[in-house]
Amino acid sequence: MARVVVDVMLKPEILDPQGQAIARKLPQMGYEGVVAVRQGKRFEVEVEGPADEAALERVHTIAETLLANPVIENFEIRVL
Amino acid sequence: MDAARVGVITFPGSLDDKDAARAVRLAGAEPVALWHGDHDLRGVDAVVLPGGFSYGDYLRAGAIARFAPLMAEVVDAAKGGLPVLGICNGFQVLCESHLLPGALLPNAGLHFVCRDQRLSVENAETAWTSEYREGQELVIPIKNVDGRYVADRETLTELADSGRIVARYLDLNPNGSLDDIAGICNEAGNVVGLMPHPEHAAESLTGPSTDGLGFFTSIVKRLVNA
Repeated sequence: MARVVVDVMLKPEILDPQGQAIARKLPQMGYEGVVAVRQGKRFEVEVEGPADEAALERVHTIAETLLANPVIENFEIRVL
Repeated sequence: MDAARVGVITFPGSLDDKDAARAVRLAGAEPVALWHGDHDLRGVDAVVLPGGFSYGDYLRAGAIARFAPLMAEVVDAAKGGLPVLGICNGFQVLCESHLLPGALLPNAGLHFVCRDQRLSVENAETAWTSEYREGQELVIPIKNVDGRYVADRETLTELADSGRIVARYLDLNPNGSLDDIAGICNEAGNVVGLMPHPEHAAESLTGPSTDGLGFFTSIVKRLVNA
């Protein structure tokens, strides 16, 4: 069994008010110097067998059809 | 002559299917209950995707409902010209299904917004807006947490230039939608997505106005004349 990580982030040009809310809190907590925060999602997908090319291809299809909406989000895949 | 038959889909988590069916009846058509898990549109003349939180809206609003068994039939029929209206969550499902461009994201203010909203009708020629006139102002409730319409600038320009922005917010943009967009349609004008809830403004007893009824009478008139 292998674990494949899919990181999903809003495209850079799309406003992320959740990230902004987090970033606004940081100075109140005493953390200076943070310019911006953007919030994303991480999926860990467990697949049967090794994380070979076929398995990664399948995860890629799952990511682009369900886990991410390519209209607004980018995703990256890596093996854990 | 038989009344026009307008289907209303119930997904797990739909909230406004009953109100949508009621608005369909008030407009003079026969509402037909459709179930997300079937593969059968029951021969309806038009379909409404109601508001709510289909499949809990886990992942993204509308993302899982897009893969409901019945959506395969809806997508094929919509491409063939069947009139489809997606309200709120229904609008989100239509975008996730790629029947409409763009997407709906969490409100810019992050709060759930519930208010009577002024709108302007920008396109009075779609299957669902022909009973209005261009520029007409409506007051219709809006209630959503994922109502911020976004699309890339090229798509927004194309929507505006081709008259595919169906309604815009007036006075106050409740969710940060780009270009104040409250509703859009596809190229053919048979598929309309709308964030405000016209089915909640269909009778004076329960709504702030009856301004929403026109969406339903528009489709009834179109079907009767078809």
